[in-house]
Amino acid sequence: MISIKGLRKVFTSDNKQLTAVDNITLDIEEGEIFGVIGYSGAGKSTFIRLLNRLEEPTEGNIVIDKQEITSLTTNELRAARQDIGMIFQHFNLLWSRTVEDNIAFPLEIAGVPKVEQMKRVQELIDLVGLSGREKAYPSQLSGGQKQRVGIARALANNPKVLLCDEATSALDPETTNAILDLLVDINQKLGLTIILITHEMHVIRKICHRVAVMEQGRIVEQGNVLDVFSHPKEQVTKKFVAQVMGAGTEDETEDVEYLRNTYREGELVRLHFIGESTNQTLISQIAKKFPVDINILQGKITQTQAGGYGTLVIQFVGNSADIEKAVAYIRDETSVEVEVIRDAK
Amino acid sequence: MLNNIKMEDIWIATYETLYMTIIALIGTAILGILLGLLLYLTSKDGIWENKVTNMIVASIVNVFRAIPFIILILLLFPFTDFLVGTVRGPTAALPALIIGSAPFYGRLAEIAFREVDKGVIEAAHSMGAKIRTIIFKVLIPESMPALVSGITVTAIALIGYTAMAGVIGAGGLGDYAYFYGFQRRQFDVVLLCTVLILIIVFIFQFIGDFISNKIDKR
Repeated sequence: MISIKGLRKVFTSDNKQLTAVDNITLDIEEGEIFGVIGYSGAGKSTFIRLLNRLEEPTEGNIVIDKQEITSLTTNELRAARQDIGMIFQHFNLLWSRTVEDNIAFPLEIAGVPKVEQMKRVQELIDLVGLSGREKAYPSQLSGGQKQRVGIARALANNPKVLLCDEATSALDPETTNAILDLLVDINQKLGLTIILITHEMHVIRKICHRVAVMEQGRIVEQGNVLDVFSHPKEQVTKKFVAQVMGAGTEDETEDVEYLRNTYREGELVRLHFIGESTNQTLISQIAKKFPVDINILQGKITQTQAGGYGTLVIQFVGNSADIEKAVAYIRDETSVEVEVIRDAK
Repeated sequence: MLNNIKMEDIWIATYETLYMTIIALIGTAILGILLGLLLYLTSKDGIWENKVTNMIVASIVNVFRAIPFIILILLLFPFTDFLVGTVRGPTAALPALIIGSAPFYGRLAEIAFREVDKGVIEAAHSMGAKIRTIIFKVLIPESMPALVSGITVTAIALIGYTAMAGVIGAGGLGDYAYFYGFQRRQFDVVLLCTVLILIIVFIFQFIGDFISNKIDKR
């Protein structure tokens, strides 16, 4: 769907050169939600602006839906941009227009007849859940509602791609979640390819299928969200994962030591859930199948687009043979990985 | 008191002042917005970034703003004569009034455009808007309250200019106050003309503030 090759952007000011985006090569599949994460200054904002040439690339090429964006003339680019929706951190609505007129703006640009505009605007208002607010001005809306208008506006001309520039960074956590749910919803309903940039791992975890980590203009790590979560390679990625999973490695060793000393009975195991969606009832299944008692000691499981991800430390109490059977069952019959912290002896 | 006043003449003078102000204001608004747009669009990081054009326009604006109005009228006599066919009367004052106040309003318009959120313009670009669309559907509507309050300030300066133009024969309340009031020592005439000009100023100010508030949805 989107193919980026050797993309570079160099800013020159006062004879100083700054490479904001450095040799990025990337392929994004149709219908996928692709996240780019990085700290501020990593070049992700420049990167997403290069995709619709709000910034002109210094080098490299971009193909979106078989159309080579980088070789288009100004007029062709204008037409191509109508197929690429974009939403912004600060919403960028026209304060002088009502909700419906804001959403109608891209339709006016595309030369859609007035009657059709009205119809399309109403569909979009329903889609993003703003019914009843058609005549309101942006200043009368909350942040979340403003971003809904932004999304409706970006979708007006039925784009194939949606670019999200820190779309939830100005919103509170609850509103962020509602907007992310809406993005997933339109991704599924409309089969829209979404590229989003963010500095919040929470956003990646919640809605992205694949992720790329940016640092100093380069992509240092990329892959399926779950792989990156479970086996982060780069230091910067580890930091991002810690953002949502808490505890770094040092804490964990201390925790394990503490648990080992506190719970002296039975067997302690750590369960690793990676992309778990079929074994959501694992604990109660074990409790029913085997005559053992289970005590949940510590853990954090979080949901990603590919299922649950996280770890759980549990204590089995009971006959050691039964415990062995239970552990063997988890190991062999489910996709949950088991790590024994202390054997039942 | 007030025994020197011929109301009929006063009304004609008031009408002439209003005529000069309103027609000149329309001309100033159009020319000023054009200048403002030119200054804004050709400035650094503007849509038509162009150092040379920007410098030329800025110099013209600065020069015309620097010339005292009373001298500008005299300077423009040949031009006015060519354009209007006479240098006397309210219509003859219009070229000087417009050329005198458009550069001032141009600067105010430029400031108004600068205050439009860059993000909104970027959003319009991202939707594939033409420059014409950005000017007429983003820049001008989004800066409208500032454009209106700018034209209010300009209108009041213009009323002052019409009085000055009056002294060299343009007609209007300034003319009347000078020739019938000051030169004939009829101070009641001067006083009445002052009051009338003040009333006109207040009305313009009130209308300007009202419209500016009404259209500001921020």
